Amino acid sequence: MVQIVFYLFILLTLGSAFGVLLTRNVLYAAFFLLLTLLGVAGLFVLAGADFLAVSQIMIYVGGVLVLIIFGVMLTHTKDAGQTDFTRPNYVLTRHRGWLWALVVAGGIFSVLYSALVRANFVLFGREPFFESTVDTIGRQLMTEFVVPFEIAGVLLLVALIGASTLAASSRPDR
Amino acid sequence: MQPTQAPIQIPEVIQLIDLKYYLIISTALFVIGIIGVLTRRNAIIIFMSIELMLNSVNLLLIAFSSYRSDPTGQVFVFFIMAVAAAEVAVGLAIIVMIYRNTRSIDVGLLNKLKW
Repeated sequence: MVQIVFYLFILLTLGSAFGVLLTRNVLYAAFFLLLTLLGVAGLFVLAGADFLAVSQIMIYVGGVLVLIIFGVMLTHTKDAGQTDFTRPNYVLTRHRGWLWALVVAGGIFSVLYSALVRANFVLFGREPFFESTVDTIGRQLMTEFVVPFEIAGVLLLVALIGASTLAASSRPDR
Repeated sequence: MQPTQAPIQIPEVIQLIDLKYYLIISTALFVIGIIGVLTRRNAIIIFMSIELMLNSVNLLLIAFSSYRSDPTGQVFVFFIMAVAAAEVAVGLAIIVMIYRNTRSIDVGLLNKLKW
């Protein structure tokens, strides 16, 4: 039963990731990205990380994806003149050098795959448990990793200020 | 492991599903992200591909952390998510600025630094 759900989530994740890769419409790509993120959240749950699955849905689906869709809206252009540099977004066109991308990606995949197949991972424990990880994560965030936690907060503040300064800077001649 | 210590436990699901599946999925997701970054010309779709790569790394970290029953990896994933959110905010602001200046978000137009 769990395996079937797992395979369904794999199918959802990888299929919609290919959708992001292959679709021509930017908005459809954003929707496919939504499905991919949901599938990854499901895989998080199946790996026993319930807290991170919820934060994945809240941060990515609730924040990042909304930002991306806003970006799509703000940069919508009505089929500007197609020069040689701005062909429509086909993946497989002649002048694009897609072959090199496939070669690079296939090479990386085969190297990683052969390394992973040869690696010998040993299971640590044998006894199942149903404990939530929220407790340990919260305790570690507040004790052991409190400095990185604060730095992440400062980073988010800096990104917030920087993003609003960048996007809102309107010169008087515009 | 000392005998007084409680036995290290891993989630039940991880025993049903081999770790190898997680490794292969995250590798495939990362490679799809690489193809997207290398072939697409729309800056926003390149962005989405970067998000796919970040997600694949998160998946790998979570799989290993629950496989080793060590929640430190999940804390690390938490920080990666925070940094990814900051990256998306700044990156989309930059893309909007590029659109304001060139009326396009095609990365093929930004070839001034190309030699």
